[in-house]
Amino acid sequence: MDALANLADGFAAALTLTNLAFAAIGVLIGTAVGVLPGIGPALTVALLLPVTFKLDPGGSLIMFAGIYYGGMYGGSTTAILLNAPGEAASVVTALEGNRMARAGRGGPALATAAIGSFVAALLATAGLAFLSPILVDVAVRFGPWDYFGLMLIAFVTVSATFGDSPLRGLTSLAIGLWLGLVGIDQLTGQARLTFGVPNLLDGIEVTTLAVGLFAIGETLHVAARHLFKPEKPIPVKGSLWMTRSDWRRSLLPWLRGTAIGFPIGALPAGGAEVPTFLSYNVERKLARHPEEFGHGAIEGVAGPEAANNAAAAGTLVPLLTLGLPTSATAAVMLAGFQQYNIQPGPLLFVQHADLVWTLVASLFIANVMLLVLNLPLVGLWVRLLAIPLPWLYAGILVFAAMGTVAANPSPVELGLLVAFGALGFLMRQFNYPIAPAIVGLILGPMADSQLRRALQMGQGDWTILFQHWSSALMIGIALVALVAPFVFRGLARMGKDED
Amino acid sequence: MQRINRPYLVIGLALLGLAAVTAWDAASMTIRANYGVGADAASYLVATVLAALGVGHLVGAVWGTPMALEHVDYRAVGWVALALASLIAAVALGAGFILASTLLFAFTARAFGRRALPADLLIGFVLGLLVYLLFNGLLTLALPAGPIERLL
Repeated sequence: MDALANLADGFAAALTLTNLAFAAIGVLIGTAVGVLPGIGPALTVALLLPVTFKLDPGGSLIMFAGIYYGGMYGGSTTAILLNAPGEAASVVTALEGNRMARAGRGGPALATAAIGSFVAALLATAGLAFLSPILVDVAVRFGPWDYFGLMLIAFVTVSATFGDSPLRGLTSLAIGLWLGLVGIDQLTGQARLTFGVPNLLDGIEVTTLAVGLFAIGETLHVAARHLFKPEKPIPVKGSLWMTRSDWRRSLLPWLRGTAIGFPIGALPAGGAEVPTFLSYNVERKLARHPEEFGHGAIEGVAGPEAANNAAAAGTLVPLLTLGLPTSATAAVMLAGFQQYNIQPGPLLFVQHADLVWTLVASLFIANVMLLVLNLPLVGLWVRLLAIPLPWLYAGILVFAAMGTVAANPSPVELGLLVAFGALGFLMRQFNYPIAPAIVGLILGPMADSQLRRALQMGQGDWTILFQHWSSALMIGIALVALVAPFVFRGLARMGKDED
Repeated sequence: MQRINRPYLVIGLALLGLAAVTAWDAASMTIRANYGVGADAASYLVATVLAALGVGHLVGAVWGTPMALEHVDYRAVGWVALALASLIAAVALGAGFILASTLLFAFTARAFGRRALPADLLIGFVLGLLVYLLFNGLLTLALPAGPIERLL
């Protein structure tokens, strides 16, 4: 097997003492930041990107993998002990996990989340390692029209299909696309929407948008709505360890969660929320004691946590093989890759095969490290949760400012950051999702150049997009996914009117 | 006659305005592509999408589920705004990262109901100092330097 040999090389590169240290540091700071309430994995990665600026690409990727998994794990800790899910995908974990913690079973809840994440990420990373080369074989045959169709699907699924209001999701996406126009056009050198401001010629940084929308928007939102009533984290009493019955009740949910999460994450079908809800419902149906659900059923933590992590690892498949981010976290990761001048996509596997397999190996290593380091350190994470919120949010803003001025110490960049913060505040006030804007910013220019490449090859004939069955099919799927929610909504309303 | 929902109306008009600006920007582009479509095509596409969504919001203003601004504490928002403004001013005037983060930290904490301003200024200063030493020293990031940083 090629993949196995490549993976072995990757491990050989990743398993040096320095790289192991990078992985450990990444896991630790990723967890430390991810555990803070209000900070999800996307913001964790965006805030910590500057930390990896000056490292060599290999070392920074390894640290990056650690930060990614650490941030994910930290989010579940917050959900369980504070009932404050940092992102939509850990809402379900909070449901049962927080009840378990209230009932004095916080330890086993954290343990089943950690071990479930470990099992899921292990299997899903293995899936990534074996699926990616196959997908790359397909992807190298893709024409620009195919990429354009694929990106259309990603646009629609990220914004319209799963949100509670397709209009809001699409508006968020359109704002991202609009921001993506800003700057010098790569193909012709034409400046777009720069209004004569030289700082805008380089375009808008994804990290600036992500940090502004998430960190500053969230801070304004929490301050404005007085959401900072003192909520004490629930102390972890008694044994951390799971009983024999906990193990028995967790094992199958972990595996089922992984089986649900990985394929949905790997398809460009949007995010980790859907698999977590699916897994929760499946576990409730299959549970031997369904009446425990809502009162702290361990299955309801084990399954969704596994699904969440498997889906997160799954989103790396389209990200690495096609360069296609399908979640806010993946979009920020893509921005990180571009910072090291690495452009994910099928060519990456040819040109930088060593880097890819080092990254995959580091994902395995980060995963093991997470399990070894985080359960014993749970006391430390609980103490982090107890930081008073005024200091917490003030500190978040200091780090947000640090990341921005480290990348580009100009008042214009900070002005953009603050403007995005105000935008994020308004979007939160009126329930517009944030992720589509970030995906739109990074994917918009890519879709633009693929479309133009396709049209160049077709000498300006727009029907080139439909002359290949593959791209015609994908554009068709995107259209159906775009229209379907509106149709269903209309049907539901008609049904209501008839009653 | 149904009531017109104001947030929908304002957002719809803003989107239409954005679409107009984008189309105007595209129309004033001078570099043309030799083949296929130029840089203006994407602008026109995005402008069309924005305009469609703007119309969608206007429709929503009449028939949609009304959306309303929930209670907002403008005093708290004002403190965060002051914190961010002092950050930008400090960087623009060359006062350095440590002073910027001192003010940013103290004013943000104030927005969240803290009253002990001197203590928070001190904490912000120490945090800024630690971040500066850690990132400028260990990771050789170039955080903006001012009078305080030059003393180090």
